Amino acid sequence: MIAFERAGKRYGGQTAVEDISLTIEAGEFFVVIGPSGSGKSTLLMMINRMVPHSAGSIRVGGQDILSFRPEMLRRRMGYVIQSVGLFPHWTVERNIGAVPELLDWPQARIRDRADELLALLNLDPGRFRSKYPHQLSGGEQQRVGVARALAARPDVLLMDEPFGALDPITRTALQQEIHRIHRESGTTVVFVTHDMDEALGLASRIAVLDRGRLVQLGTPLELLAAPANGLVRDLIGQEEHGLRMLAVQTVASRLRTGETAPGEPIAASATLRQALSRMVSESADRLGVSDAEGRPMGAIAMSDLLRR
Amino acid sequence: MSGAEQGAAAGGFRVRNLVLLTLFLAGAAGGGSLAFVAHAPNRLLSGAPVRLGALPGEALLVLSLLAALLLGGAFLTPRRAGHWVLGAAAAAFVLVLCTLAGVEASRFAAGAPPAARTSLGAGFWIMALCGCLAMMDAMHRLALAPALRMMGALMLAGGVAGLGAMGALDDLSIAKEYANRREALGEALAQHVGIVLAALLPTVLIGLPLGLVAARRRAFAAGLFPALNLIQTIPSIALFAMLMAPLAGLAERFPVLKAAGIGGIGAAPAVIALILYSLLPIARNVAEGIAGVPAGARHAAVGMGMTPGQVFGRVELPLALPVVLSGLRIVIVQAIGLAAVAALIGAGGLGAIMFQGLFANALDTVVLGTVPIILLALAADGSLRLLTGYAERVRR
Amino acid sequence: MRTRAHALAAEPLFWTTLGFVVLLLAMPATKPAFAALFPELDRPFYEQDSYFRLALAHLGIVAASSIAAVAVALSAGIFVTRPAGVEFRAITESVVALGQTFPPVAVLALAVPLTGFGTTPALIALTLYGMLPILQNTLAGLASVPGDVRDAGRGMGMTGAQILLRLELPLAAPVILAGIRTSVVINVGTATIASTVGARTLGLPIIVGLNGSNLAYVLQGAALVGLLGVLLDLAFARGLRGLRQWRPPA
Repeated sequence: MIAFERAGKRYGGQTAVEDISLTIEAGEFFVVIGPSGSGKSTLLMMINRMVPHSAGSIRVGGQDILSFRPEMLRRRMGYVIQSVGLFPHWTVERNIGAVPELLDWPQARIRDRADELLALLNLDPGRFRSKYPHQLSGGEQQRVGVARALAARPDVLLMDEPFGALDPITRTALQQEIHRIHRESGTTVVFVTHDMDEALGLASRIAVLDRGRLVQLGTPLELLAAPANGLVRDLIGQEEHGLRMLAVQTVASRLRTGETAPGEPIAASATLRQALSRMVSESADRLGVSDAEGRPMGAIAMSDLLRR
Repeated sequence: MSGAEQGAAAGGFRVRNLVLLTLFLAGAAGGGSLAFVAHAPNRLLSGAPVRLGALPGEALLVLSLLAALLLGGAFLTPRRAGHWVLGAAAAAFVLVLCTLAGVEASRFAAGAPPAARTSLGAGFWIMALCGCLAMMDAMHRLALAPALRMMGALMLAGGVAGLGAMGALDDLSIAKEYANRREALGEALAQHVGIVLAALLPTVLIGLPLGLVAARRRAFAAGLFPALNLIQTIPSIALFAMLMAPLAGLAERFPVLKAAGIGGIGAAPAVIALILYSLLPIARNVAEGIAGVPAGARHAAVGMGMTPGQVFGRVELPLALPVVLSGLRIVIVQAIGLAAVAALIGAGGLGAIMFQGLFANALDTVVLGTVPIILLALAADGSLRLLTGYAERVRR
Repeated sequence: MRTRAHALAAEPLFWTTLGFVVLLLAMPATKPAFAALFPELDRPFYEQDSYFRLALAHLGIVAASSIAAVAVALSAGIFVTRPAGVEFRAITESVVALGQTFPPVAVLALAVPLTGFGTTPALIALTLYGMLPILQNTLAGLASVPGDVRDAGRGMGMTGAQILLRLELPLAAPVILAGIRTSVVINVGTATIASTVGARTLGLPIIVGLNGSNLAYVLQGAALVGLLGVLLDLAFARGLRGLRQWRPPA
């Protein structure tokens, strides 16, 4: 879907991003992580030409991004930034309809789409449609920001630390929602963050950047299992390492079919970390496992968690 | 490779200072086509225009060299030293312009009766303006501190004054007018400053408490500022006029007032109107300044046991001082202009000379009255800006 | 209907406008009153021109110069905030700050040696001076547009013109309008004084009255021009209130 080929960016004498080659597949939830100044936001903004790359090439859907007019390229991509950037003089509805308006959608279709998106992001259309941004809480503003980015059904959603300024509870709620929206829509998401838990929780693959260079690229589990260097190890953190390993794997991956265990079963889609928590709090070394409909599937034991 | 990098790599011939180029073109167009000076048989007749091209060749050469240097500056790669040179060249350009005008005036005066006048034309003013702007641009590009920029302006003004002192400008009409009315001008200046100062003290005495109360009582502010704003929207001459009638009545009834020189005409209505106009900027800036004091600082001051008076004197006032001073600057600059209008109701001052000129169709007199008013306003503005800047630095 | 009438009655703009229009039209009828007030004057009522005509001329000069000032200042403000004109920004700001130090009456007076007497110097001075507050506020208003709003607009694919017209100008509009308000109010006052340079405005009776010690003339002109200033200021305040609806309460 998005292919970087030896792409780089220099500002004057400073190198912001250097020699990046990677491919983001369609439908992926691709997270870019790194310390501040690592060039992760620059990398993201190179995709929609908010920052023009100065070396290499970037292709989207097989076409070089330089072959588009920048505005046309951007209208095909959703863009969400940390400071949201809602237009203060427009209602929620008009904010969400901004890109469809640029694309000359008919008014009625824009209105319907706005209502649909408000509902998708758990905002009551009747209550929120005609509000102005200043009448919304920070979390509500970012929900509208996400809705605005999704409005024209973009192939790609670019998110630059979108939840960085929110309080922990709101952030968790929005993480779950973007996870759900991604699953349901199949949109390719490129997501920049400096929060490893956020990255591990959302990503299908993670790219770690340091001083403009790609340090490691892999699934959350690959990163946890084999950090490429000290920086990645630091980002993962020593204390929480084991728990994070468990958090990126599901109960289904360690299922003992045909066995049973007493007590309330745990869902197969739950993480191993949640299973461990249940075992500790219930003083049980075995839990029953059930599928999404609640039908028993088997069991999981404490010792299964230690298996690699 | 990006556009900027390509340009830098290619070097070559391209515009590097669009401002300077624009100023050069404007100056050349204005200076070339409009009258540089105008010669008239006396001060009431309009003169015959003399264009730049009619001036002696050797005089033009110096001017052209400086202009060429400035034009070249528009295409040179910016360097610090270059901006210093261009700034100096722009200042020199203005001084040479003045000298040229003076020389041309003397040449005309030598063969003409004493009543003949040489006044500066639009071409001169446009070129001088462009020269000043070019100097300003150089100072901006050097990122000079405001105080240094002001010093640059003062040096240029000093240069012009120096030319005047050396007698190089003596035959220009404005200098002749000055020589004729030197005493009247000095008197008018004193009167003008007197009116402004007379209004200033009551303004501060009334405006400061108004602003303080407005900062603390929202309801008071909600009533005060629209009322003060209303006064500001009344044209000055109308306010002066409206004060004339009641004051004349009062003076009629109470001879004491009349004896003290207060009446419908003269300085009294002027000073009162000035105070009325000045209350808004002062009260508003005091209120804004106090409101801008961080709540944390006030909180901490109260918490460590300061009395309300100490909180005001040691915390609020020092922190609000820059904003208050800038209100004072607005008031003084505004008052200098308003005092000029007050001449129409007999308050005297520099405005009297200006309006005399206007009513008598004597344009040199107009300029003689107007220029000091502007210089006075600029001087007040500049010095109060410096003071405000100082107060801001002390604050940190 | 009732509530609308009530809202109108509570609106100072309505009463000021009414007062101005009534005073203007009924001016000739006040002649006996001025005759009684100023028995010592031979001619207690200014009759060289009709007040209605003077008011029209006054408004005409203010309108023409204000429209010109808005056009020039707005274009200049937009130009120096675009990449192509950004080089001119610093010097523009300096000129605006410096220019506002000049008293309006001085600008008016200096226009005379350059253009002669009449309406021309008035128009030139009012336009030049009127530009300054508008330009200053245009720059301030555009600078006050949050960077993230501009970024978001660019990021969603707005062109430079779309960002300017849909985001920057609407967001800067209240500040720009406040600049126009200042400019118009100053121009009403300067236009009054412009009758000293030969422009026919409501200042004419005042100047004639002052020169001929006719306080009645002075009061007639002053009352009308004072009301006019207040009236225009209130009208702008009204317009600003409408614009600010989307703003967060301060």
